[in-house]
Amino acid sequence: MSVVDKEMAIDCCLLAGRLMMEAGAETYRVEDTMERMARTQELSAVESFVTPTGIILSPGSPYHTKLIRIRSRSTDLEKVALVNGVSRKLSTNEYTLEEAYGRLLEIERANVMFPLWLQILAASIASACFLVLYEGIWSDMPAAFIAGGVGLIFVTIVHELTKVKFFAEFIAALSVALVAYIFVHLNFGTDLDKIIIGGVMPLVPGLLITNAVRDLMAGHFMSGLSKGAEAFLTAFAIGAGVALVLSF
Amino acid sequence: MDWLLQAIFSFLAAAGFGIIFNAPRKMLFYCGFVGMAGWMIYSVFNVFSGDPVQASFLGAFVVALVAHIFAKRFRTPMIIFSVAGIIPLVPGGTAYNAMRHFVENDNLTAISFATRAFMVSGAIAMGLVFAEVIIQLIFKSRMKKRSAHKL
Repeated sequence: MSVVDKEMAIDCCLLAGRLMMEAGAETYRVEDTMERMARTQELSAVESFVTPTGIILSPGSPYHTKLIRIRSRSTDLEKVALVNGVSRKLSTNEYTLEEAYGRLLEIERANVMFPLWLQILAASIASACFLVLYEGIWSDMPAAFIAGGVGLIFVTIVHELTKVKFFAEFIAALSVALVAYIFVHLNFGTDLDKIIIGGVMPLVPGLLITNAVRDLMAGHFMSGLSKGAEAFLTAFAIGAGVALVLSF
Repeated sequence: MDWLLQAIFSFLAAAGFGIIFNAPRKMLFYCGFVGMAGWMIYSVFNVFSGDPVQASFLGAFVVALVAHIFAKRFRTPMIIFSVAGIIPLVPGGTAYNAMRHFVENDNLTAISFATRAFMVSGAIAMGLVFAEVIIQLIFKSRMKKRSAHKL
C-alpha cells in the first residue's frame, strides 16, 4: 500500500470517528470502530484517544498523529448505524477503502433526520403517553399533548437561533410549564404537576445519562465525566425553566 | 385491561422517542418493543415489591437484554434500541417533585425526593451494565466452546 493510501485510511478512520461522536455514539464504540478500521488497512500500531470534544489518532510511525475536533453533538441514531455498517463492510472487504471513504463523505452531507413535523408529533404523543404512565388523569391528555409539542418546537427554534443548548432547553422547559399553567388556568386541565412532567419528558437527556454511565464503567473517565456534566447542566436548565413558572 | 393500556402507551412513548432520536425507520417497532418490555417489568415488579429502585434495576436489565438480542439479530449498535427503551424508566416525576419542593423552600422533602431520584438513576445504570457484563460472559463461553469444537 502506498503512503497516499495510508493517509487516506487515517483520514477515513478519523471521519468515521467524528461522525459517530457527533451522532451520540458511546466512546468505547467509537474507539473500537476506529481501531478495527485501521487494522483492516494494515495500520497495526494504532492508538486512539476519544473525548466528546475531540479525537486523537496515532497511526504509528512513520505517519503523523492527527487530531480532529468535534464541535457539535446531537442524537442521530441512524447515523451511528450507517457508519457502523460502513466499517463492517470495510472489514469484510465488501467495500474498498475509496468506496468506504466516499460513502462516509456522503453520510456526512446527507440529512437523514425525520421531518420536523413528525418529530413534534412524536414528542406530543410521547408526552401524552407519559401522562398516562405516570398515573395522570385521562382528561389531561390534550394538555400534555400540546405541552410536549410546544417544548420540542421551542428547543429546536431557540437552538437554531442561539446555538446555546442550555439556553434552548431552559426556554423550552419554561414554555412547557407556561402552556400547562395556561391549560390548568382555563380549566382544560386539572393536575398541573403531571402535565408538566409529561411535557418535559422529550427534553430529558436520556442518551447522555446512559452513555455517561456506560463510559465511566468502561474506564473512559474523561468522556464519562464530561457527558455527565452535560447531562447535569441539561437537567438543571429544565429544572430552572419549570421552577421559574412555578415560583409565581 | 390496565396492564394492556400500560403496554400500549409505553410502546407508543418509546417509539416516539425513537423518532425524536432519529432511529432507523425499520427499527422503530423494535425500539417501541424494548421500551414496552422494560416498562412492563418495571411496573409489575413495582406493584408487587413496592420498591421503585429494585424495579428500575430489573427494568433496565431487561431493556439491555432485549436490546442486545435485537442488536445481534439486526447487526446494528445496541445503543439504537436501549436509548429509547430506557426513557420511560427515567425518574422524571421524582426529579420534578424534588425540584418543586426546592422552589417552595421545603428543602427537607426536596432532599428526600432528590435522593430517591438519584438512587433510581443509579439503579438504571447498574441494570444496564450488569446485563451487558452477563451477556458478554455468556457470549465468551459460547465462543470458547465453538472454537474447541473446531479443534
